[in-house]
Parts: sequence; structure tokens; C-alpha cells
Amino acid sequence: MGRYFAMRIGRAALTIVLVVTFAFVVLRLSGDPALMILGPEAPPEVLAAFRKAWGLDDPIWFQYLDYFSAIAKGELGRSMRDGRPAMDLVLERVPATLALTLPAFVFKVALGIPAGIYAALHRGSAIDRAVMMTAVAGFTVPSFVLALLLVLIFAVQLGWLPSGGQDSWRHAILPIATLSLGGAAVLARFTRSAMLEVLGQPYIRTASSKGVPWRKVVTSHALPNAAIPTVTILGFMVGTLIAGAVVVESVFAWPGVGRLLVVAVANRDLAVVQCILLLVALAMVTSNLIVDVLYGFLDPRLRAKGAHA
Amino acid sequence: MVPLVSIQGLSVAFNGVAVLRGVDLALGKGEALGLVGESGSGKSVTWLAALGLLPRHAKVTGSVRLHGRELLGAPAHELDQIRGGRIAMIFQDPASALNPVLTIRKQLSEALALHRDLQGEAVKAEAMRLLNLVGTPDAARRLSAYPHEFSGGQVQRIMIAMALAGNPDVLIADEPTTALDATIQAQILELLSSVRREMGMAMVLISHDLGVVAENCDRVAVMYAGRIVEQAPSNQLFADPVHPYAQGLIGALPPLDGPRRRLTAIPGTVPDPARMSDGCAYAPRCALAAEPCGLAAPTLAPIASDRTVACIRAEASRRALLGTAAE
Repeated sequence: MGRYFAMRIGRAALTIVLVVTFAFVVLRLSGDPALMILGPEAPPEVLAAFRKAWGLDDPIWFQYLDYFSAIAKGELGRSMRDGRPAMDLVLERVPATLALTLPAFVFKVALGIPAGIYAALHRGSAIDRAVMMTAVAGFTVPSFVLALLLVLIFAVQLGWLPSGGQDSWRHAILPIATLSLGGAAVLARFTRSAMLEVLGQPYIRTASSKGVPWRKVVTSHALPNAAIPTVTILGFMVGTLIAGAVVVESVFAWPGVGRLLVVAVANRDLAVVQCILLLVALAMVTSNLIVDVLYGFLDPRLRAKGAHA
Repeated sequence: MVPLVSIQGLSVAFNGVAVLRGVDLALGKGEALGLVGESGSGKSVTWLAALGLLPRHAKVTGSVRLHGRELLGAPAHELDQIRGGRIAMIFQDPASALNPVLTIRKQLSEALALHRDLQGEAVKAEAMRLLNLVGTPDAARRLSAYPHEFSGGQVQRIMIAMALAGNPDVLIADEPTTALDATIQAQILELLSSVRREMGMAMVLISHDLGVVAENCDRVAVMYAGRIVEQAPSNQLFADPVHPYAQGLIGALPPLDGPRRRLTAIPGTVPDPARMSDGCAYAPRCALAAEPCGLAAPTLAPIASDRTVACIRAEASRRALLGTAAE
């Protein structure tokens, strides 16, 4: 079991290194932070001084090594815009993002999973078709379209809710609704197909043939099996809690991590972008590890394999 | 005498395609009945339909009575008591027939709690007794194991233990040994026969293996394309099959004694259930088919006190068989 986890953690660390490296290379090759931040009208000597101050005229491999040795010391650099530590800038935005993504996560689960289960149990019924149509719509409509649609209806036409900003809890309703609907659609589709797959298995027929009442066949035989694939997608959703609202935060002018990312990318504020990506990668990798542990908990077959690996 | 289970005119259709077309079958107390036929002939569907285990879109008509009580359309709670309690079933592929995420103990106790009203320690004791009965060594330790930790033969033993948990009157064994090695097959069949004798249970052995059925059953019903075409005591059916299809099946078996002979194959293939004619379903493959065979499907008619055949050419068929035997 120990070796199994050591391998998992090793792979997780490698993933993070790859993400950070990729971001480092792409950002540095795709634009000049000095120009972006100071503007094209800035005098050349100012630009040169800026580049020198941030080490931008060193060779890229040197900057890269420099960057990694700083990370090893726990330094994630400073924002090129206001000189504050990038980590502080990012962390102070995290609560605002979680204020959207955590409730949205709860709604996604509370809405999507029961809808998927219900649709699977009543396959082919009118409600199943309605759930699936809604789910396909929620799945295919991009979140910015859905966000604008909600703004149009509830802010512009009805005037019930504000269209953007972060002044009161009412401002959070539309962004949360946008995030929840899309996620619930994904979860409903996924849960439905996982459930249908399980309901077609011979052991479900065995349970029925033993005289287990249908309700109990569903709760104690089907659901524990259907939970295994569903946990995968839930893990992915947990991973996106920190920065999964980039588009929605932008549309609703919500000052969270996602909006910070958009601004930082536009400005090539390298340290901030990399700090966010590092955080996202960490969140993803951690949730993947949790999913792996849960697999072992839910599926005795994997538990046995893990013990031998 | 009222039979234990009596099935009359049982028909099943999936999306308008008839797969079972009026099955009549009776099962006596303690009797061992074999049900043979090719895959798709409706052997399993008959019993899944009887117990209400088919998917909801299956259209089931006819009558299935247990001790005179109608099962088709019975309320769910009544069926739940009968399933596992009066009629238990074991299936072809034991590896996938047990729930992979639940322990053997959980799956065995479930049946015991449902049908025997046992609680706590009594459940465990009975579960262990059943595992011992079906020959699972080290029962106490094995109770906490999961299905994937057992071999196919062992899982089938556990399935049998689970089926016995409710003290049923009938055990439906649906191809119980098809997925197992030949040596394990014999052990499982031996186990089924011995528990049947001990518990005075009736058994329906569904199989496409005529040898298995001949050895383990008192009576055999042969199914073809959703109907029973012949039923007879085992020894009589194998010695003297009347329906041309039954003759074909038995002709395709290598004889154990006598001179070597060429095995005969039945020409053609099983008809597509979606494109079935009004006449006898076997007529297109039958050497004895005559014009009236294509007009209406023959019904089961007695040819002796304990034998029935659904063939209007039964007499000719019998003569043909005697003729070949005399040559």
C-alpha cells in the first residue's frame, strides 16, 4: 500500500512540474511583460530597466532554473504590476471564488445526482427525456452564453437581480446559478449512464431473484456500484473549486481568482499567472489523490490490487 | 394432483417481437425437470417472466401459478416473498451474478433476513451452515471475503448457498455449469442433485447440454423458438424422441456405445423471432415437413400418458425413426 501511494504522489509531483514548465515557456514566448505593463509608448530605457529588474533579459533556461530554485525556497515571486508577493494577491482572491464555487458544487451534486438516478430508474419516461434534454442543453451551452442569458432574463428584463459586482449576497445568485446548472447537467448525464450500466448487470437480477425489494436493490446493490464512476467526475469538480469560475467571474465582474487570472494573463504578469496555475495544479492533483483513495474504499477489487502493487 | 408450478399460455414479447409464444409447463413437488433447446429458444425467459424479472418493456401474458396462486401481475411485495423464498434462481455466469462491492456475508444474510426472519448471531451461524453445506472450506473466514476472491466454481457454490437460504420449494438453475470447467461442472451438478434430494426441492435445470439434463432430470421439455415442442420422461425422450427437432438434437449427440457413425447436423438456423411464419417454426428445417405444417403452429398433444408432442407429423416422424433403427 505504501509503495502504491509513493508512486501516486511521485506522479502527482511530476504533473505539477509539467504544468508549471508549460506555463512558463508559453507565457515567456508569447509576449513581453514590459510592453504589456508599461505600454507601447514607454521610453526604451524605461522598458530596458524594467526587463533588467525582473530578470527578463536573462536566457530563458536561466530564468527557468531561477524560478524553480525560488519555488524550492517557498518564494513564488512578486507581481510585476504592484510588486506585492504573487501568493498574497492570489490568496486574498480565493475566498471570493470559493463563495461562488462551493455553493455551486453543493447545488450541482444535490441537483445532478438525484436527477441522474431518477432518469435512469425511469428510463424512457417523459421525465427521463426531460431531464436528458435539459442536461444536453446545460452541457452544450457555453457558460458565458448561459450567464448572459440569465443576466438578460433576471437582471435586464425582470430586474430582480444585479447583473454584476460583489456588493451583497444577491450578487452571487446569478453566478452561482450559472455554475450550478452546467455542472448539474454534466453530473446528471454521468450519473444516469453509470446507473444504467449498473442496473443492467447480472448481480442486480440476482438481488431481485432473492426477493430483495426494488427500493433496496437500488440503494444497497446499485448505488454503491454506480458511485465508483461518479466519484471520478466529482473529484474533477472538486479540483476546479479554486479556479473553475474564470468565465463566470469575468462575465459577472466578480473579483475572484478567475478574474485575477484573466487580468494577469493579459498583462503577462508572470509570477501571478504561475502562482495561480500552481495552485490549480495542486488542487487537481490533490483531488485526484482523494479520488484514488475513495476508489479503494468503494471498490474492494481495487483495494486488493492496491495492496499488491 | 395440483402441480407445484403450473405455467399456461405464457407469452413474452419485447417491443412487439414475440420471443415466447404460449408455453405450457407443469412442475411437480420435488421433481427434477430439464429444459433444453438452443440459445434464444426461450428457456431462461420462461422463468424470468414467471418471476417478474424481465425488464419493464417486456410484455408478458398468460398464467403462472404457484400452489394455485397467480404470479403474473401479483403485487411487488408478494413477488418479493416468492422470489428466493419459494422459487430461487441461480444463473449462468456466477462471477458477475454476485455484487462485487458487497461481502459474501452481506449477500447471504440478506436472503436469510428476508425469508427466514433470522437476526444477529443466528444469521451468521446459518450463513456458515449453508457455506459448509455447499462445500466451501473455511466458511467462517470466507464470510468476510468479496466475490472476486473466489474461483468460478466456488462462487457458483456460494450462489447455490444463497439460493438455498430461503428454503425454496423450487430451484431454477439457469445453465449453472456452462461457464465452468468440465471437472467443476460435475461437482456442481452433483451438489445440486444432493441438496435437491436432501431438501425435497423441485429443480428446473435449464441447459443446452443434453447429457447434463439426461443425467440429472426425471423429465425433459424441449423448447424451440419460444415453444415447448416435446416433453417426456428423460429416458423415453432420449431412447425414442418423437418431434423431428428433438430427434435432430439427439441425432447430433455422439453415441457412447455401438459402432461409430456420422453425427447428423440439423440443417438451417433458428428462425429470426421478428420474422416468424404462422406455421410450425421448425418446418423450414424439417425433413418431414408437409404442406399443413406451414399453416398453423401445432399445439402440444398427448401421445402417451406422460408424453406430449407438438407436431402434426408425429406419427410419420416416429415411423421414420423406427425405420432408420430397423435398417
